[in-house]
Amino acid sequence: MTTKPTEKPPAGGVLGSPIPRELIKRADPFTLPPALAAMAERSPVTRSTLPTGDPFWLLSGHRECRAVLADPRFSSDRFRYHPRFKNLSEEEREQFRNARAQAGSFINMDPPEHTRYRRLLAGQFTVRRINRLGERIEQIVTERLDAMLARGDTADLMAEFAFPVPSLVICELLGVPYEDRAEFRRRATTLLQANLPVKDAMENAEAQRAFMQRLVAGRREDPADDLISGLIHHAGADPALTDDELVNIANLLLLAGYETTAGMLGLGALVLLQRPDQLAALREDPSRMGDAVEELLRYLSIVHIGLFRFPTVDVEVGGEHIPAGSTVVLSVVAANRDEKHWPDPDVLDVTRPRGPHLAFGHGVHQCLGQQLARVEMKIAFTELLRRLPGLRLAVPPEEVPLRDEMLHYGVDALPVAWEAS
Amino acid sequence: MKLHADRKTCIGAGLCVLRLPDVFDQNEDDGTVMLLRTRPDPDQEATVLNAVKACPTGALRVDP
Repeated sequence: MTTKPTEKPPAGGVLGSPIPRELIKRADPFTLPPALAAMAERSPVTRSTLPTGDPFWLLSGHRECRAVLADPRFSSDRFRYHPRFKNLSEEEREQFRNARAQAGSFINMDPPEHTRYRRLLAGQFTVRRINRLGERIEQIVTERLDAMLARGDTADLMAEFAFPVPSLVICELLGVPYEDRAEFRRRATTLLQANLPVKDAMENAEAQRAFMQRLVAGRREDPADDLISGLIHHAGADPALTDDELVNIANLLLLAGYETTAGMLGLGALVLLQRPDQLAALREDPSRMGDAVEELLRYLSIVHIGLFRFPTVDVEVGGEHIPAGSTVVLSVVAANRDEKHWPDPDVLDVTRPRGPHLAFGHGVHQCLGQQLARVEMKIAFTELLRRLPGLRLAVPPEEVPLRDEMLHYGVDALPVAWEAS
Repeated sequence: MKLHADRKTCIGAGLCVLRLPDVFDQNEDDGTVMLLRTRPDPDQEATVLNAVKACPTGALRVDP
């Protein structure tokens, strides 16, 4: 999934919603927000106003979104173009832009600067390398399910499965030592808390930085078969990556891979448990799970705020003139439900043939960890259905608490029950 | 069908390898695409075209 780093608010201040709230407020988890649906209905490119008062263009068409994401005339450098940063005082902006905070933050870079980091990292995320991690992912998933089964026949699937699995997989990937994993999970959980006082959030972020700094120092001294060691000792890293770069990259991977995968596991389970026909199709033929994961990615589209891009020159998109330096928001949610592209887009069909959905984005910034996410989801959903017979929601679906204030859409808790053996 | 790959454009997303590991591979250092063969079998052609279309950076191209 294509993700954006959390924006740490400047001390004392609070950053509000990056796009108008009504564009992300879903009436139910599986239906487009009505305001977004209305804009998409009107035109694939519409002009509207950001909470900052600045104008922006919302792209809702699959074709238009794909074209812009692949277009080198559009920048991802939010610190340069985003109105939220343009309007900060020089001192505040420095907090975001200083070299230490931005080193290695390739998600906000354009080629050729971006290309250097992407190349260094892509070698760590090849299909072959991620498939090799599959065995460890299976172990992690099995251990969590064993623990749930040992405790009885009910659980909060988020707390006991959907959050721990991706966080442990990231530990595995980064090479976090076993004795440090409890602390890692505690910090990662705090990182994702909504409405945390700014002071606490800043303190946690600083402690998280220090944690990653220790991890990097440990791997410099004692390299192992993990991503941080691989980056430190990458033959092509010329000049070699600095500690600040490695720390920021590790944190970026955590932010990109944790809440996203947890959200997909929780929402995916929530929707499947309400669609007995889809569940039956998967139980009947588990080899369909690969396609089912792609369909869930499309249907759930948890990157609900969308992707920000900024044209560096005047451009035409879908007949609209967009001046250089404007803000363009690509709605992944709307593009993945574009009826010009998908037949019956509002229907979840796990047997739907794979198509180029935009859940992981497109273009040079397309999700680096997408193969890892696919393998994790495939294993997690397969084992969840296989190990927990008669899995069902333990509360009415409308009582499931939704995570709609966060960077990625999801659920906060998912009470489930299964047949005791 | 003749297949071409531009490694300068490739960002190593791996979508082609996922679809057709008999034809596409990735460099271990930078993840960029490596063609295991440039002339796919006739029964692979539809999947090759699908991979060309899916590529996020347009790094793949086919000649008839």
